[in-house]
Amino acid sequence: MNSINDRSRYIGEFVPAADDDMLICRCEEITKGEIRKAVHDGMFTLTEIRRYLRTGMGLCQGQTCAKLVKGIVARELGVSPAELEPVTSRAPMRPTEMKVLGKEVKEEE
Amino acid sequence: MANTADVIVIGGGVIGCATAYYLTKKGCSVLVLEGSDHIGNGGSSRNGGGVRQSGRDPRELPLAMYGIKNLWPTLSEELEVDCEYHQDGNLRLGKTPKHLEILQGLTDRAVACGLDVKMIDGDEVRRINPYLSNEVIGASWCPTDGHANPLTTTLGYYKTARKLGAHFITGEKVVELRKVRGILKQVVTANGNIYEADTIVLAAGLASRAIAGTIGIDIPMQSALLEALVTEAEPKMFDQMLGTAEADFYGHQTKHGSFVFGGSSGLEGFNKDNGTPICSSITASCICRGIMKYFPILEDAKIVRTWAGWMDLCADKVPVISKVEEVPGLVLACGFSGHGFGIAPAVGEQLARLIVDGTTDVDLTPLRYDRFKAKI
Repeated sequence: MNSINDRSRYIGEFVPAADDDMLICRCEEITKGEIRKAVHDGMFTLTEIRRYLRTGMGLCQGQTCAKLVKGIVARELGVSPAELEPVTSRAPMRPTEMKVLGKEVKEEE
Repeated sequence: MANTADVIVIGGGVIGCATAYYLTKKGCSVLVLEGSDHIGNGGSSRNGGGVRQSGRDPRELPLAMYGIKNLWPTLSEELEVDCEYHQDGNLRLGKTPKHLEILQGLTDRAVACGLDVKMIDGDEVRRINPYLSNEVIGASWCPTDGHANPLTTTLGYYKTARKLGAHFITGEKVVELRKVRGILKQVVTANGNIYEADTIVLAAGLASRAIAGTIGIDIPMQSALLEALVTEAEPKMFDQMLGTAEADFYGHQTKHGSFVFGGSSGLEGFNKDNGTPICSSITASCICRGIMKYFPILEDAKIVRTWAGWMDLCADKVPVISKVEEVPGLVLACGFSGHGFGIAPAVGEQLARLIVDGTTDVDLTPLRYDRFKAKI
C-alpha cells in the first residue's frame, strides 16, 4: 500500500502483438491490446485499468478475468504480478434484483 | 527525478488532474502528488456523474454554466477518451406538495442567475420520462443539464496531462507545507521527500484541511459519506440525469446500459468507520426502495456492485477555490461538498487562468477561503 509510483518512468513503447485482439474480459469485451495500451496511457494499477476500461465490471465482477488482467499489466510494466494490488471486491457477491435487495426489513403487519 | 516544477498540485483527483492538464497546456511544468495508490481514488471515482446547473448554489452556478457552455461539449475529443457526456436535461422529482415547495425555491434562485430551468407537472414529467411512477407529481426541469462518466473523465485528464508532460507520482502523501525565508516553497511527504515550487495548488479533498493547517490556514470542512450502486446493463430507457427533492437517490443510465444511482440511509454520520469509506449493510437496500418508488419497472434490475465515498463537506456546502493572501503561492481548491465532478473542467481551466494569467473569466470571489463568519 501507498508505495511511490512515478507515472513518468519509462516502460518502453507500446509494441503491437499478434494476439492483441484476444478477448480477456468476456463480460465487457475488452481485448488484450486495449489493456496493454491502457498501461502505456498511464494506467499503472489494476484499479485504474478497471475504471478506465471496465475490465471486471460486468456480470462476473472479474471472477474470470482478474488474474489474466493482472498478468498482462505486470508484464507490460515489467514487474512481478505479486506487486500489483488486486482491485476491491464489492458487494453483493452475486447480482441481486432490486426487489430482493430492497427487502431486507420485515414488512409491517 | 525532478523535485521542482512551476506548479505542484497536491491531489490526483479530477480537480487536480484537470488543473494539471490546463496548466500544462499553458506551458507550465507541473508535478502532481497523489497520496493514495490510484489516480482519482476519492470522490472523483465514486460520484453519480452529474453535470448539472439546476439545484446549485448561486455562488457556484456561474462555474457550472461556464463549463457546460465552453468545456463539456468538446471534452471527449480534447482528452481522446469517451467521457460519455450527455446533455439531455435534469429532472429533479417531487412526490409531495412539500417537495414541490423545495423545488420551486431552487428553481427561483437559478432563474434569477439566468439559468433555463422551470417547474413542470407530473404529466409533463412522464412525457419526458415515461418510466416514472404516478407518485411523481412534479419536477424541476433543466434541459441543458446532463451527466458524464467520472471514471473516464478523471483518467482522461490524467492521461492527457501526462502525455503533455505533467509529472504524476502516486503513493506520495503530502504531510506538510513549508516556507523558505518566509515564502511558501516546499511540499513535504510522508516518505520524507521534499518537492519545491513557487505555486502550490491544494486539491486533496478532505486531506486538504490537515495540509493547509500546517501553514496556519483552516478550511471548515468535514467528511460525509455517500453510497452508490450500479445495475447490470439494461436496454436503453432514458438519457436524463435524475435527482429528487428529498434526495432519496440520484443517478442516470450510462452509455453501457447500467444504471448508476447514489443515495444514503440517513445514518451515515454515525456509521462505523475503519478508516476507509465502507458500505453499510442497510444503505443499498434503502436506495433500492427509494428507486423502486419512482421506477417500479426497475424492480427486476440486478445490482452488481455497490461502493461508498467521502465528500469533503464545506461548512456552507460550496467549495473553496481561492488564492490565499497570507500565503502567497498557495491556491486552494477543496471542499467541493459532493458536487465537484460537474464543475471540474471549469475549475481546472479557471485555476490555470488564475495562476498563469492572474485573472479568471468566472468571478471566483464568492468562493474565497475567508468567507466563513460567525453567525452573530
